[in-house]
Amino acid sequence: MKKRSIIALVLALMMCVALVAACGETPPAGPTGPTDPTAGGTTNGTDASGEEVTEVHIGLLGPWTGGAAYFGVSVRNGALLYIENFNAQGGLQIRVTDRDEEGDSARAVTMYHDLVDAGVTAIIGSVTSGPTMAVVPEAFADGMPMISGTATHAGVTVNQDTGEVFTNMFRSCFIDPFQGVKMAEFAHEILSARTAAVLYAHDIDYSIGLMQAFVDRAAEIGLEVIHIETFADEAPDFTAQLTNIAAANPDVVFIPVYNRHTALIGPQSAAAGVTATMLGADGWAGTLDAIADPSTVEGAFYLTGFTYESEEQHIIDFIERFEAQYGIMPNMFAAQAYDAAAILIRAIEGAIAAGLTPGTDEFKQATIANMAATDIEGVTGRITFDRYNNPQKTAFILQIIDGEARFWGTF
Amino acid sequence: MNRLGIKTPARYAINATLIIAFIYWGYVITQGGMLTRAQNNIIIQVGFFIILAVSLNLPAGYLGQLPLGHAGFMAVGAYIGALFWRSGILSGYGSVVGGLIAAGIVSAIFGIIIGVPALRLRGDYLAIITLGFGEMIRVLIMNLPSITGGAQGLQQIPRHSNFLVVYICVIVCCLVIHMIMKSRHGRAILAIRDNEIATESMGINTTYYKVMAFAVSAFFAGVAGALYAGTLGILVPSDFNFMMSINILMIVVLGGLGSMMGSIIGAIVLTSLPLFMQGLNQYRLIIYALLLILVMIFKPSGLMGTYDFSMGHVLEKVGGWTMRSKKEGGASDDSE
Amino acid sequence: MLYVAQFINALQLGSIYALIALGYSMVYGIIKLLNFAHGDVIMVGGYVAIFALAAGFHPVVAVILVILGCTALAIIMEKLAYTPLRTAPRISVLITAIGISLLLQNLAQLFFGARPQPIHIPFPTGSISIGAVSIAYPMIITIGVAVLSMVALNYIVQGTKLGKAMRAVSEDTQAAQLMGINVNSIITFTFAVGAALAGIGAILFFVRFPVVTPTVGAMLGLKAFIAAVLGGIGSIPGAMLGGFAIGFLEVIVNAVGLSRWTDGAVFLVLIIILLVRPAGLVGKPMIEKV
Repeated sequence: MKKRSIIALVLALMMCVALVAACGETPPAGPTGPTDPTAGGTTNGTDASGEEVTEVHIGLLGPWTGGAAYFGVSVRNGALLYIENFNAQGGLQIRVTDRDEEGDSARAVTMYHDLVDAGVTAIIGSVTSGPTMAVVPEAFADGMPMISGTATHAGVTVNQDTGEVFTNMFRSCFIDPFQGVKMAEFAHEILSARTAAVLYAHDIDYSIGLMQAFVDRAAEIGLEVIHIETFADEAPDFTAQLTNIAAANPDVVFIPVYNRHTALIGPQSAAAGVTATMLGADGWAGTLDAIADPSTVEGAFYLTGFTYESEEQHIIDFIERFEAQYGIMPNMFAAQAYDAAAILIRAIEGAIAAGLTPGTDEFKQATIANMAATDIEGVTGRITFDRYNNPQKTAFILQIIDGEARFWGTF
Repeated sequence: MNRLGIKTPARYAINATLIIAFIYWGYVITQGGMLTRAQNNIIIQVGFFIILAVSLNLPAGYLGQLPLGHAGFMAVGAYIGALFWRSGILSGYGSVVGGLIAAGIVSAIFGIIIGVPALRLRGDYLAIITLGFGEMIRVLIMNLPSITGGAQGLQQIPRHSNFLVVYICVIVCCLVIHMIMKSRHGRAILAIRDNEIATESMGINTTYYKVMAFAVSAFFAGVAGALYAGTLGILVPSDFNFMMSINILMIVVLGGLGSMMGSIIGAIVLTSLPLFMQGLNQYRLIIYALLLILVMIFKPSGLMGTYDFSMGHVLEKVGGWTMRSKKEGGASDDSE
Repeated sequence: MLYVAQFINALQLGSIYALIALGYSMVYGIIKLLNFAHGDVIMVGGYVAIFALAAGFHPVVAVILVILGCTALAIIMEKLAYTPLRTAPRISVLITAIGISLLLQNLAQLFFGARPQPIHIPFPTGSISIGAVSIAYPMIITIGVAVLSMVALNYIVQGTKLGKAMRAVSEDTQAAQLMGINVNSIITFTFAVGAALAGIGAILFFVRFPVVTPTVGAMLGLKAFIAAVLGGIGSIPGAMLGGFAIGFLEVIVNAVGLSRWTDGAVFLVLIIILLVRPAGLVGKPMIEKV
């Protein structure tokens, strides 16, 4: 019996070695997948001579189900609203194929390839940072124009090991470090705070990114961080940490987490006797929808990319149309996705105007170049991109007063 | 010993030829641009899920113990493989193979460290303690950011997992586990499942076999983890949470506890389903959960039962070479 | 002062864990079933509370509806999924329980969405002061309810005929049947009591932590299960003891600034207790019958 197993094993190993050797000799057979140059989604025919293109096919990638579905569905609503409105104007039509990645990195890559197979020319997505970062290197290799409305990790647009920029990848949201820096400066300059504490989730990349940036910036500008506490995403009880923060008695406490946490932290911090002014970032969006007792976060400031309180007509229009379409107020994620769609489609229009054929590499490159040169007035403010493809835009500060998130000002 | 109609060397030759043909065919198909990119990508993922399922099937199906921490071993392998490849110690195929082996060995060491104490328990307690160990591994990875990148993740992992690498690992994994199960060791493992106390009183060192099964299982889970890292190029600890263990368990259970063929088919079906169920996606997990319950109620042995595919049997049936095999049929590959 | 506040906090958290652990412990004690979906019953209780309160029911009625809802859910679960598996291998039952847990979470997500939703259960507010320390009413009520539940449960199991039948079923199902005990109804009753405790636990949990998500029960159930194992699964005082122990462990680890290791510490305790004393702190060691 034993001898036979050994023979079989040896046979199998020899086979493997032979195969590896054989493949070492033959170089991989070129690019994989269909390489039809016209697979870019023109149905009504066109050519480079500038005849009118009537349809461009783009992809929409995000978690419509699973743990991140709250963000995903908001993003889909925002992006589709812009596209439907755009299509309703007549002329160029945008066809959308959407794919659900469920918040899973491996599935996101599969769905990205599926969108490429479907022949899309550009992609809006993905929603959370992890799956987006899994997709970006593939998309970069393909030269596929991509824009996310919500992926805030610094590594989404830049290879953090080499510093190389993923030139095809854009986003319409703030990046993690930016928000941490802004809130440290806000605490120091506007609130004249001398001491700060931080409460963050040690297993959420977003939370860590903001915390680090806040602490680093605070050290530079002379805001003393006297206490740092942390918790795990799934834990509901922060009383012990908050009691420690109350004992340290800082001027401000920075809490860079999501609304599912702030809804729990608010009541507990009140009970623990934390009197410091609470500061948050864009994860706080939706806190007032999730909190049972809004008075416990009274007076908190948080940074956001979007505010309802605007005099500008295009923002008022956006809110009205969104409410009419979906029956709820748009949140920040929906607004940023709306702008992401606007940036992408404007870039596509530019490529069409240049007489290029959708789906070709030239078209994609032109779209990317146009996106890099973006300068638009979106519903989340005026957006231009820096050399890392991160948006340069105004940060809005909201303050919770009488159970409502009031626009405090820009900063 | 020659209980089958076909001589043993001939059977090995046939199997080896078929395997080589399969690999070659797969290689041609995946490299030749005949498939869409999503299909190519799914084929790679199916590969490492086959390894995960087949390796979980060893303790869960054959040994009859239910570990709920398979994702933990996968995580160990993924991070070891990723760190090995990122460090660039070796180059070319040496690096690929070295990373996979390192991932497997470290994972197997974890399997032994965890297995020795955990396997003193059985049934529900074993399930829970392995769940605890699996979560511990994740907490450790999360809290060692200087090595693993912590929750921010590990990026820029060389993407070594192509069709050949993944499917050679699949075949080695299936072959090794198949050979273990066909050997004296395999029969000891099956005996432990059927009646542990009786097995022990027969003079079989049950602890040794349980730990061995656990270590082999962990080894291949680690290899699969490294392949996962080499496919995605990025790792975050939350990829390896309890849900991942459950996903792997779901493949094994639906395929049939104790059937390698079942695990393979289960991995193919459950991994590729999301691609074809786009419209039904919000119901997918509900359907899986219902399936899990219904299968347990109506066919606890899983869809494939304990049936295992055997090329020899197929050939015998096709060729009518079943001259002297009737008497010993029960002891052959088809253990149903 | 600081220590007293943390102490009371730990006591309240421990009470909630203990109530949920009691449910695990009872069911496991009688039919050796690890009801993985027990935590998700609490999640369902949360959504029931939201709807009952939104429909304008009096808070007391809403509380009763939550308890009834949890009980009904557990009975349905038991009848549809667990009864057919009464004689199946333990591994099949465990997998079924995992399946039910998944099913409940995903159904909740389909019907209620993934968005965190607030629960505002009207509860007596205010606090009493003992010296320099003020203790909020919800804390006192939580701890009181937990202790009362344990005493009542202990009385049911030890002092009534029904309890005697439960213990008989736990000891030897077949012999109990021969003695004229209706085993099926005893098991259903056990599930119902465990789920009613989960319903009470749900109210107390959501008063303390007023946010519901489809997955809120997963980690909570796991922690409560660990508490039950720590105390000695199958033992009522054990579940109570385990619950308080886990509550104190978490608060202490958090309070000394090691909060990134909180989950690790809880799982470590689980591993150590299983290895050193699998029967738990107060449980009787089980002897393998040949």
